[in-house]
Amino acid sequence: MKKNNQTNRYDFNVIESWVHQNSKVLDLGCGDGLLLNHLKDKKNITGFGIEKDKDNWLLSLKNGVDVIQMDLESGLAGFEDNSFDTVILSRTIQSMHNIQSIISEMQRVAKEIIVTFPNFGYWRNRFQIIKGGMPLSKELPYNWYNTPNIHLCTINDFDNFCTTHKISVVEKHIMTDQQAVNFYPNLFGALALYKLVKK
Amino acid sequence: MEEKNSVGIVKPSLFKCSIPLKLECGITLDSYELIYETYGKLNKKRNNAILVCHALSGNHHLAGRYSSKDKHPGWWDNLIGPGKPLDTRKFFVVGVNNLGGSHGSTGPKSINPKTKKVWGSKFPIITVKDWVETQQALLSHLGINRLASVLGGSLGGMQSLQWSIQYPEKIANSIIIAAAPNLTAQNIAFNEVARQSIITDPDFSNGDFYQENKIPKRGLRIARMLGHITYLSNDVMGTKFGRKTKNKSYQYNFKTEFDIESYLNYQGDKFANEFDANTYIRMTKALDYYDPAKGNPKNLSKILKKAKADFLVISFASDWRFSPDRSKEIVKGLLDNNLKVSYAELTAVSGHDAFLMDDVHYHGIIRSYFKKIQSQL
Repeated sequence: MKKNNQTNRYDFNVIESWVHQNSKVLDLGCGDGLLLNHLKDKKNITGFGIEKDKDNWLLSLKNGVDVIQMDLESGLAGFEDNSFDTVILSRTIQSMHNIQSIISEMQRVAKEIIVTFPNFGYWRNRFQIIKGGMPLSKELPYNWYNTPNIHLCTINDFDNFCTTHKISVVEKHIMTDQQAVNFYPNLFGALALYKLVKK
Repeated sequence: MEEKNSVGIVKPSLFKCSIPLKLECGITLDSYELIYETYGKLNKKRNNAILVCHALSGNHHLAGRYSSKDKHPGWWDNLIGPGKPLDTRKFFVVGVNNLGGSHGSTGPKSINPKTKKVWGSKFPIITVKDWVETQQALLSHLGINRLASVLGGSLGGMQSLQWSIQYPEKIANSIIIAAAPNLTAQNIAFNEVARQSIITDPDFSNGDFYQENKIPKRGLRIARMLGHITYLSNDVMGTKFGRKTKNKSYQYNFKTEFDIESYLNYQGDKFANEFDANTYIRMTKALDYYDPAKGNPKNLSKILKKAKADFLVISFASDWRFSPDRSKEIVKGLLDNNLKVSYAELTAVSGHDAFLMDDVHYHGIIRSYFKKIQSQL
């Protein structure tokens, strides 16, 4: 299973608090579909998952999620403008080639977008680099030679991206080991969660 | 010998329908017969029935064998049976030879009750819509008011799609595999070459060859050979046959030289001996005419407004006859109407024929989907 249930609980809760009751949600890179199921349980949402990997796709189907197999790199063709209330890109952005294009596609299909990613600026990552190796952690479990992550960024980088691309940050939550981090988040936060709207 | 996970020895049944059927082409059939097979048991609620629709050259014999000596099981035996992805311990599965078919349902080689003569060239062209109408008549005869699912590949997938539009209240799930919302010009072109090869065979006698005790085998062979080329991908043909030859050195004549030639000739001969030419050209016409959106892709979303079923759509990346893009058109129409749909695009290399393959992931998808259907019963 791609996503570990236990570690996900807390970021599920944050995402849940940002999603409206009875709304329509699209989860990009939905993995095993458990986030969508969580949102169905708690917020009575309807929606779809998109998943490229065939094994994760099947897990989603088995978990009762309506899931479309497609590659996000080719955009969200097939989905009409503003056809969702919220579109989520959870722990996936760092593995995508064209960040600008997926963000603009997300803005096209939904009013609100939620993006979460591992913070490369987290002190443990920095420390591992100082020691001379690429970071390995719960959030970044891959070796340099087999990682799908090609666009890792820090919280500061992502903030700058939003400013440059005229994206408003309406909610921001930084966390480490299921705890909220408010003190030097770019140094002490392992996972970043953002809720964004168009400016 | 007891076969593992097989439905065992099966026997077809005949449904005689005396309710007149007005066909899409305008002609009315006063009565007709459909040959069908069923596997498993209808539950008390009568809500566990699955209709499996066949494609161009298929029939009602989905699974099992007719006798212990029967060499070949039904055409979807790898999928249907006790413990198989479509589990006959849970579901009541119905296979029917479509109207106009040549395996026991009323078709061109049947006797026209009005003239007491073989229909032959006079047999009307039947459409996908007509088939759904006759399938519904059969199901009503079997006491089934609502289907748990309709399942089909290729032309069978088109029938599954049509069911969701034509009888939205009577179908809970539609499974559409390697299909399309209509044929492309290229597809119609292939069909026309197949038809011309049959129609121009002197033994076809304008479709009235039965009386002359002839069979247009040459035409059927070529039609089938052409079909087989388009059902396979270039890759799989390369792997299976490549440039392999029968003999070590070239013979420099027109006898079978390459393995691919021998394969096509074998398939052509086999088909010409068992399939009805009039049925074949009519089945290809049913494919050509099918177009619920009437030529405008935007209409597909409008037409699908009527649909109420949940959908599973599957395509194969190597299928160039019904490519994934065509399945995505169906998915788009479903998404536009906020219908529940899952879509899988499989990497199978074998081309259009992949929908019949015995593949772990492919069958895993179908098994999981039927488990979901079962949980909703």
